Amino acid sequence: MEGTILRTENLCAFFGTNQILKNINIDIPEKKVTAFMGPSGCGKTTFLRCINRMHELTPDARAEGKVRLHYEDVYEMDAMTLRRRVGMVFQRPNPFPTMSIYDNVIAGFILNRIKLKASEKDAIVEEALRNVALWDEVKDKLTKRSTSLSGGQQQRLCLARTVAMKPEVILLDEPTSALDPLSTAKIEDLLYELKGNYTIVIVTHNMQQAARLSDVTAFFYLGELLEFDDTKKMFTNPKHEKTQNYITGRFG
Amino acid sequence: MTTIEIAGIKRRKRTDKLFRSVVFGFTFTCLAVVFVILYYIFEKGITCINWSLFTQNPKPVGESGGGVLNAMVGTIMLVSVAAAIAIPLGISVGLFLAENRGKGMADKVSLAIDVLQGVPSIVVGMVVYIWIVKPLGTFSAFSGSIALAIMMLPPVIKNTEETLVLIPNTLKEAALALGASDLRTTIKVMLPAGIGGIFSGAMLGIARILGEVAPLLFTAFGNPYLSFNIMKPVNSLPQVIFNYGTSPYDDWHRIAWGGSVILVGFVIILNFIVKFFESKWKVQF
Repeated sequence: MEGTILRTENLCAFFGTNQILKNINIDIPEKKVTAFMGPSGCGKTTFLRCINRMHELTPDARAEGKVRLHYEDVYEMDAMTLRRRVGMVFQRPNPFPTMSIYDNVIAGFILNRIKLKASEKDAIVEEALRNVALWDEVKDKLTKRSTSLSGGQQQRLCLARTVAMKPEVILLDEPTSALDPLSTAKIEDLLYELKGNYTIVIVTHNMQQAARLSDVTAFFYLGELLEFDDTKKMFTNPKHEKTQNYITGRFG
Repeated sequence: MTTIEIAGIKRRKRTDKLFRSVVFGFTFTCLAVVFVILYYIFEKGITCINWSLFTQNPKPVGESGGGVLNAMVGTIMLVSVAAAIAIPLGISVGLFLAENRGKGMADKVSLAIDVLQGVPSIVVGMVVYIWIVKPLGTFSAFSGSIALAIMMLPPVIKNTEETLVLIPNTLKEAALALGASDLRTTIKVMLPAGIGGIFSGAMLGIARILGEVAPLLFTAFGNPYLSFNIMKPVNSLPQVIFNYGTSPYDDWHRIAWGGSVILVGFVIILNFIVKFFESKWKVQF
């Protein structure tokens, strides 16, 4: 596919002997929002974690097949380099509790020992926080602990921390499932604005969210990729009966 | 039907009340014991505290006065060297255990630490005597510190491990997802998040070895003179308390009481330091 940034080839994932993902072949388009939908336990999160190799942190989890980032096999790459190029935002806000808001934004640089001048740091922090529409809310308390923020603010801070590293792909694992509707709306607006510059892959349980945000949507069911198409097409005219049932709320 | 239920509730309330008072009674008993001990030590010891206790060395038999300067210096030396060995070592082992929970090797190490915790201190002293004192041919503060470091390891390790496993995994994932190495994640994220618990483990470890005398009998041995040489025998407060407390001289008893107050004072101060920093460094996840 033209403009593909991420491609998986026969990706299978296992927890012990339990197969979670079955032969996933997908081309994720560059600088677009790709949504992953599907009922709980269908392997969406596992798929996401196989992309930036976070699945390797789980004991006896393993993946077979290939994941390519710009034709490079990510399983041949250095995991740290890969994760700098493919950022991730988690289900629950997880800012670093011992760091200030300021340090949280540049945490990627601190953790990777990338030395920056004070002026560069200031610029990065301001830009990243403006990107996630948090700047006005926190600019007077940048030295405060990150945990003093509300849940929605914390999640935006986590997004800022990821964006600050300027990754090629941002993976979001149900980023709004722990948030109230207002914070959710804010995050969605942000993602909408970010999509011109970043490739965004978002796992969501919320069908309206997928419909509102994404350009293409993948539907997972029991570890298989049942359908993958333009979001509009999928929501108006799904090919698969299971997809239709899920979208119309008959199960899931 | 209703009456039966009410009767049941009354009985339950009675049992509840009984249980509460038993728990309260036992708690109060323990607390009372602590306060009686403290009161006794301070009542006996406070009059023995004077300037010369801190500034003089013990006098020979027959001369009155004297102090525990050499023992204080010795204890500080023994404990700080032991802490310098045991704290980094213990934190490393704690880290290893927290990272590898449930795996074969870690389980064995964990069991070994539990066994070490239960090894009588006198046995630790004897082992260090064979390992270090005999080959070096002399009793020394250094060998005493090694013995104390071994005594101190289990609480430091266990506290570090317990603290680190309580840190949510998502925090570690957040750091790794930013491309951090395991080492940087540990240093910049995990250890700072657990610093309160790790610090209190270290302090409790120190509190534990402050009063140890058994492992020192074979190792630091004791010394009536002031010594700063780590390769020579030194005196320590617990040993002074033991030697002087069992002596037949009133003057020496007074010094033993004074030494007890100093030792207990150290431990109390240590506990306050722990409390202070625990709340100051408390991390909210």
